[in-house]
Parts: sequence; C-alpha cells; structure tokens
Amino acid sequence: MGDFFTTASLVFVVGSGIRLATPFLLAGLGEAIGQRSGVLNLGVDGVMLLGAFGAYWTIYETQSPVLGVAVGLGVGLVMGAVYALITVGLRAEQGISGIGIFLFGLGISDLLFQKQVGTPFPIRGFGDLHVPLVADIPKVGEMFFQHSVLVYVAFALVPAVAFLMNRTTFGLNVRAVGENPAAADSLGVSVARVRTTTILLANTLAGLAGAVLSIELGIFQQNLTNGQGFIAIALVYFGAWRPVGVMGGALLFGLVSATVLQWKTLGLVSGAASSLTAMAPAVLTILALVVISRTVGQPAALTRPFERGH
Amino acid sequence: MEKRHHRKWLGLAALLAVLALVAGACGSDGGDSTSGGDSGGDFRIAIVAPSASNDLAFSQSIVDGVAALTGVSAVDVTDGTFIVDDAAAAIRGYAEEGYDLVIAHGSQYGGSLQEIAGDFPDVAFAWGTSSDTFGLPNVSAYTAASDQGGYVMGSMAASMTNTGIIGVIGPIAVGDAKLYVDGFVNGATESVTGITVNVNYIESFSDVALAAEAAQGHVANGADILTGTAQMVVGATGVAAEHGAKWFGTQSNQTALGTDIVVASQVYKWEAVLQGLVDGIKEGDLGGESHTITLENGGLVIEFNDAVDAGHARSIGEKAIKDISAGLLQTGA
Repeated sequence: MGDFFTTASLVFVVGSGIRLATPFLLAGLGEAIGQRSGVLNLGVDGVMLLGAFGAYWTIYETQSPVLGVAVGLGVGLVMGAVYALITVGLRAEQGISGIGIFLFGLGISDLLFQKQVGTPFPIRGFGDLHVPLVADIPKVGEMFFQHSVLVYVAFALVPAVAFLMNRTTFGLNVRAVGENPAAADSLGVSVARVRTTTILLANTLAGLAGAVLSIELGIFQQNLTNGQGFIAIALVYFGAWRPVGVMGGALLFGLVSATVLQWKTLGLVSGAASSLTAMAPAVLTILALVVISRTVGQPAALTRPFERGH
Repeated sequence: MEKRHHRKWLGLAALLAVLALVAGACGSDGGDSTSGGDSGGDFRIAIVAPSASNDLAFSQSIVDGVAALTGVSAVDVTDGTFIVDDAAAAIRGYAEEGYDLVIAHGSQYGGSLQEIAGDFPDVAFAWGTSSDTFGLPNVSAYTAASDQGGYVMGSMAASMTNTGIIGVIGPIAVGDAKLYVDGFVNGATESVTGITVNVNYIESFSDVALAAEAAQGHVANGADILTGTAQMVVGATGVAAEHGAKWFGTQSNQTALGTDIVVASQVYKWEAVLQGLVDGIKEGDLGGESHTITLENGGLVIEFNDAVDAGHARSIGEKAIKDISAGLLQTGA
C-alpha cells in the first residue's frame, strides 16, 4: 500500500478523479435543475448518448471540436424540447417517458453510428489546457490545472447554477414550482414555462455531458455512456438537489473510481478483491444516498404533472 | 373535460410515436442480412453478438470469420445484445426460423443457450468463447488459445519498452481475455528479465471511460507500451496515442484505432474451425465437440502494422510464433 501513498500516485488519483467526475457533474447539474422544478428525467443517459454521437460525428466530419460541442448542446436542446412536449405539454407520466427517451437515445445513437460511421475511428479533441500561472505550480497544477477546457467549463458551471437557483427570480420560481406548483401558479408564475425552461436547460447539459465523454475519449461506441446518466440521477439525490452537493457526489464517485483503478494498476488488489473494489463507487454512493434521504426531502412536486384546478 | 380527453389521446399518440421510433432504432441492431459470396446451396447462419459487429474487437472477429466461410448462402447478425435476455430471444427466434447454424458469440450466453438448444434438437448451435458443449449433440463450442498470441505480443513489447514498464487493461478475468493477459505477461517476463507488467482488470467489458482512465493510470505509472482486450479498449488506444505509447491489439486488427501506435494485432480467424463445422452440419453432424483456434491451425494470426517500425521486436515475435506453433513454448498461466 506504500506505493499508493506516494506523491505521484496521489496526484494522479486526484487528476483522474476530476476527469472521471466531469460527465457526471454536467449531467447531474442539469438533472438537479429539472428536479428542482418537479421534473424527473430518467432519459438522461439516452440524451447523453445522442449528444456524444452528435459531437463525435461532427468532429469526425469537420475536425472541429468546437462544432462538436455545439452539436452536442444542440442535440440536448432538441431532446429537451421533445421531453418538454411529452411531460409538460401532454402531461405524460415522467418515469415512463424518461425510459422511452433513454431507449430512444440508446437505439438511435447506435443506429446513426452504424449508418454514418461504422467502425470506431478516433477523433481529436481539445487537448489539455494548461492554465497560465497556476498550471506550473508543482503537484497542484498537475492535479487541477492541466485538464481539457471542458473540465473547467463543467466546474465553472457549479457556482453559475448555484447563483441561478439561489439568487435570481427564475431560481425562486423554479423552487416554488417544484415545491407547490398550484401556489406558484396562483401567484402568476407560469408552471409550464418554468418547467419547459428547466427541461431545456437540463437536457442541454446532458447533451454537453455526452459530448464531453466522446470528445475526451476521442471515440464513440455503442452505449458509450455505460449507464453514467443513471448514476448522475442518483448523484442529484446524493447532492440534495444542490449544485455544490452534486459536485461533491460526482467528485466522490470519480475519486473512488480513480483510487480503485490505481490500486489495481499497482497490483494492490487482485482476484476477488478486484471485483469487490470495482463496486466501491456504487456502494459508497448508495450508502450516502440512504443517509441523505433520511435528512433531506425531495422537491414536493417531483414527478407530478401540473394542471390548473387539479 | 373534452379538452382533457383530447390531451390524453395526444399524449398516448406521442408515446406510441416514441415507442415506434425506439422499436425502429433497436430493430436496427439486428437483422443485418448479407448473402454469402458463395451460393452454397441453402445454408443460413445467424450470429448473436454482444457488441457492435464492427467494434474492431470481439464481435467483429466472428462476423469477419463467418464472412470468410464458403458454402453459406446467407448470414444474419443481431449485435449489441449486451442484455442476455435480448440475446436469448434472438437465439430462440433464429432457431424457430430454421437457421442451419445459430452462433451465440459470448460466454455470457451459455446458460440461455443450454436451455434453448435442448428445445431445438434439429438445429445446430455454436457457442463461444467456451469449451463446454453441455453434453448436447447439437451444440459446438469454440474458443481461442489467445495466450499464444498474447505471449508473442508480450515478448515483442518487452523488447520495445524503454521504461521497462508495460500496462495491460483487461475486462473481467475470464475466458479468452484472461488467457490473452496471462500469455502476454508470461511472454514479457520470460523474454526480458526485470520487466514490470502492470495488469488492471476494470471489471467491465463495456466501460470505455474506465478503460481509458486505466490507460492513463498505466502511463502515469511509467508504462510506454500498452495492450488490452475486449471492446472497451477503444478509449485506451486514444490515451496511448496522446502519450506516444505503443499499442498491441487482439481479437481483430486494431490498426485503424491508431496507425502510428498499433505495433501488431492478434487476429481471430474463426473460419479455421467454423468451416469444418459448417461442412459437418451439411453432412448431418450437428456438433457436440469443442474447437480451439491456435497459431498452429491458422485460427490465430499475428498481423503486423508496417507503418510502425518495430525493429528487432518483429523478428522476436516471428520467432515466438514459430516456437509456439512447433510446441516449443508454453504460453499459458
């Protein structure tokens, strides 16, 4: 175990944990915004897959990572519009609709990949951005300031979303709609408009999360997300619907995963222990969820469609 | 009230539309039919595989292998069946449709196949990678002695590393993946004294992000040569390219993942055993035996990438191939 506690090893684990946390963070932030307004979207993973493919295919065709990100965002926005139509416009049951969106994303992303690309050829992403002045700080720079620009964007969104939710009229309306839509409606807040906006934001971020995944990996493959969208939903509960909490959950998940990977690489765990440690991130998240769910209540109107007078 | 009723119908219509699109999308996974290059009478083969049929790894190897067979009139592929229940439904469906040979390409499909094959005694099934036929006369098993190619790759890698550290990314320590990793480690450590081979089984066949991060970990720990097996390694090759590390592939030729980093690939040529199976079925022998592709029988082939100068390592690899084929080297764990 001594090999693990070297400076180089720990620096790698922190950097790796941050990289692994990024897609969870983006998708989780979006889902938190949606859930605060009372909308559950189980289709996050499907939207991520579509965003991932959209970004991959765009870069594959144009060699432009910037365009890839734009398409990832756009795909998320479009899927948000579809989900808003289904859940807000048509008041369909959110759980079932979300699963439909997930299956749609899973199937369509693979179909498009097979038809448009076929073999998983690699693409070039942004590369690492060394933040001036701080990137060269020994150890600290390596851990925190030598990542892709998309990693910085994801973490910069945490205070931005916190500000939006806690310091703006829009955020107040979102929370009101999520807790008591009838009361918010009686005060002149358009529940449909607020929920549509949060769904668009949430899905756009999910699309971005998928784009980050394919761009950072430089590849697309069938079911690339491997269920990351579902973990992101769990991290929203873990984070008690707060941006900083979601970030904490994403980082915990990423850091535990990175720690386990490093243990295995150094040969500190093998055989059955390897399988057990692979479950550690999920087990820890579930344990934390159990504790948090006993202390923090979810938005009261979560999953409930709103219809004036009912 | 009428408005509410109208909205409900609209909602139902929208959901049905989504489901129809989903069905269309998911349906694309399967049913990819091709006609064989040889008229071959009327012999139809169906393949059920867990990942994409062009994954440059496990699933592609069987699709390429079947495409190389003669005497086959049509091939139908259902890929992406990472959910075993979906695979089982596809296997049963093909059996009901009377395909002459149904290939269940995934060790995870064994339990389902055992049950289904018993219900269709007149249909021939093949299951891999495994050596277990369940004692059923209509089930053939096939596997790869991937430790042989692993040994060749390991001996080459050991002669190419500058840091003396090599990184291996495995999925779960089972089947041909474990054989490959064990063979690779043996090849590296027996060829050059003092070589360190770090092995990381990420416990997943499909987590591309985790495989990529495992590759990052190997590089951070000094590895300048990487290898890996199963379909999730496509992310790891990107890490190798980013850091200038060399890559050794297996299952399919992975040169397309990095023309300037992939030194060589162990390629599965399943046709080496499947051709005999097809010929036997035509003569009424539905199976009941286990088959293994090896360097000796031509089922395993090492394909070198000429774009990467492997220097002396190539001759080391070629000698290892000869020695293994001649039975002079023990490659497994």
